[in-house]
Amino acid sequence: MTPDPYVFIIIFIGVALVFPLIPLALAWLWRRVFQPPKPGAEKNATYECGVESIGEAQIQFRSQYYLYAIIFLIFDVEAIFLVPFAVAFTGLPVGAFIAILVFLLLLIEGLVWAWGKGCLSWAAR
Amino acid sequence: MSEIDEGLRAELQRQGVWVTSMQELYNWGRKNSIWPLQFGLACCAIEMIATAASRYDIARFGGEVFRPSPRQADLMIVAGTVTKKMAPQIVRLYNQMPDPKYVISMGACAISGGPFKQGYNVLKGIDRYIPVDVYIPGCPPRPEALLHAFMELQRKIDSQKLTGATKAEHLTAAQPSEFPVPAFGEHDLEPPANPNVFQPPKVEREG
Repeated sequence: MTPDPYVFIIIFIGVALVFPLIPLALAWLWRRVFQPPKPGAEKNATYECGVESIGEAQIQFRSQYYLYAIIFLIFDVEAIFLVPFAVAFTGLPVGAFIAILVFLLLLIEGLVWAWGKGCLSWAAR
Repeated sequence: MSEIDEGLRAELQRQGVWVTSMQELYNWGRKNSIWPLQFGLACCAIEMIATAASRYDIARFGGEVFRPSPRQADLMIVAGTVTKKMAPQIVRLYNQMPDPKYVISMGACAISGGPFKQGYNVLKGIDRYIPVDVYIPGCPPRPEALLHAFMELQRKIDSQKLTGATKAEHLTAAQPSEFPVPAFGEHDLEPPANPNVFQPPKVEREG
């Protein structure tokens, strides 16, 4: 008779629980019997390469970085589009030239709009 | 836990029975897996790197696992000139290491200030603030010397007792695990030395 296939999973979970618990229990026993615990303010302090840590580690970045990043990203992509445009500039038909100009104007208009909204000034708002 | 009679042990070994005590097993495991803290201060660190590399190969002694965090380190190799700017950080790193912890003072500078002993900015030996287990002279010591110090430390660990009146210092509750970190004073580090760790040698002159 073959055992239930789920029996192996139960055995596996049991071993997975006991295996890490044995060294933890041994360490706990060792501490109780031999090694007196010696915690301290200095010993438990945040490790920062031996330098005293200043302030909290969980700080928040201001969302203004996000605005800068997104404007940068748009013009970064635009630069990529401009390279093939510049390479093929002399052989372009008038329609294609006007199309790329419209594309550029749209982006410049966006920049002017962002500028007008004050996205480019770093003043605290 | 008690000591095994050597004659009995030899007799049993001849019969193919290998006996040991918990203390010996514990110390055997400890001495063959000493993890040093990974930091170097000056030219001694180059020799320490050479010791860790393939030619001298500290891995033969189980000490190749240089840890970048004091939480995982057993051994601090003070390898190089300890400036007064750096001394508080070293003491703090030592404090953050868990017990049992050991210190090798490597080279003339870490022992006494070495060639910079007369300098205004160099600490005259790291043993002024933390207890040192092994001193290695040399400027810088050769990798063989560091290996020798490592073996001496292994010998020390092997001889440490778990119980009794002569048990290892770190097992007594009275032995502190952290030492006061010196601060920058007006002219020098404050205090200039930890009196519980360091006693300046007394000069006795005749006449």
